[in-house]
Amino acid sequence: MRRPLEWQIATVKAIAQETAQVKTITLALPGWTAHRAGQHYDVRLTAADGYQAQRSYSIASPPERPGEVDLTVERIPDGEVSPYLHDVLVVGDAVEVRGPVGGYFVWEASSGGPLLLVAGGSGVVPLMAMLRHRAAAGAKVPARLLYSSRTLEDVIYRQELEALASRDGLEVFHTLTRGQPKGWTGYARRIDQPMLAEVSGPLGTAALAFICGPTALVETTASALVQLGLPQERVRTERFGPTGT
Amino acid sequence: MNDNDVVRDLTLDGNAVAGLLEEVFGADMTTADGECAHCGSANAVGALRAYTRAPGVVLRCPACGGVIARIVQTPRGTLVDLRGAAHLAVRR
Repeated sequence: MRRPLEWQIATVKAIAQETAQVKTITLALPGWTAHRAGQHYDVRLTAADGYQAQRSYSIASPPERPGEVDLTVERIPDGEVSPYLHDVLVVGDAVEVRGPVGGYFVWEASSGGPLLLVAGGSGVVPLMAMLRHRAAAGAKVPARLLYSSRTLEDVIYRQELEALASRDGLEVFHTLTRGQPKGWTGYARRIDQPMLAEVSGPLGTAALAFICGPTALVETTASALVQLGLPQERVRTERFGPTGT
Repeated sequence: MNDNDVVRDLTLDGNAVAGLLEEVFGADMTTADGECAHCGSANAVGALRAYTRAPGVVLRCPACGGVIARIVQTPRGTLVDLRGAAHLAVRR
């Protein structure tokens, strides 16, 4: 029997700046339970007058780190929750959370592969949990990540992705849609079917696909992958829009 | 960006309300399979479109756009309208 879903008070253990608009918040949890890569925690803020705002954030860390989780949060200027998490929260603060929740957009080493991950912007967060879990569990399933960002400076986890990609069986492909540094050899346009055909081709049509990003990217990618021959039931999507703030 | 793009960018999916659904139903509902009462399409609840910027949460069918579920939390309790779901099959 699963434990009932209850709110608990987490403590901020660390805060790391990932990019100009993205921070990773490490929470220590008194009621930690192992999550599955791709799951979320709900975060609830309560104002002095009792007003509450609640948002769901993807877990970035793998389940192999007992007692804590990383939530990677993009700062949305007109958001209710993310500006507080970015601008006010400091190490040692208490935060009300519940989770892990969700079971649809999850990958475990036992789920197999080959694994095709497609991310747009901060949609990379749950996919990073999958890649970190894959590495921590010693899983050898072939994996490819296609990651769309505006500029190189907006790429979250850039160095860690490079390090992970130097290991066996993971390849990372970047596309930069708004600007590219001199000498850029990666893709430089929005994700489209020819790009998906190139990236997914070597994995074949038996790949297990996870797509996370803004709705337009998710829908374009999901329909292109089905047209390329992936079975619909092996294409999992999560819309990670600016409202996930 | 036109109005349709704005609406599209505000669209999330059932994964974003996993916590609320588990609170209401007592189980993970994102993996539950649902049948749309409007068009008959089958989809996991995690794949339904979710509109969360309102006083309640609205889940719509990704195939026909029909409303499948409406959930509103008030100080007195939670209202759940599921008339757009022909059935929901919750996994053990």
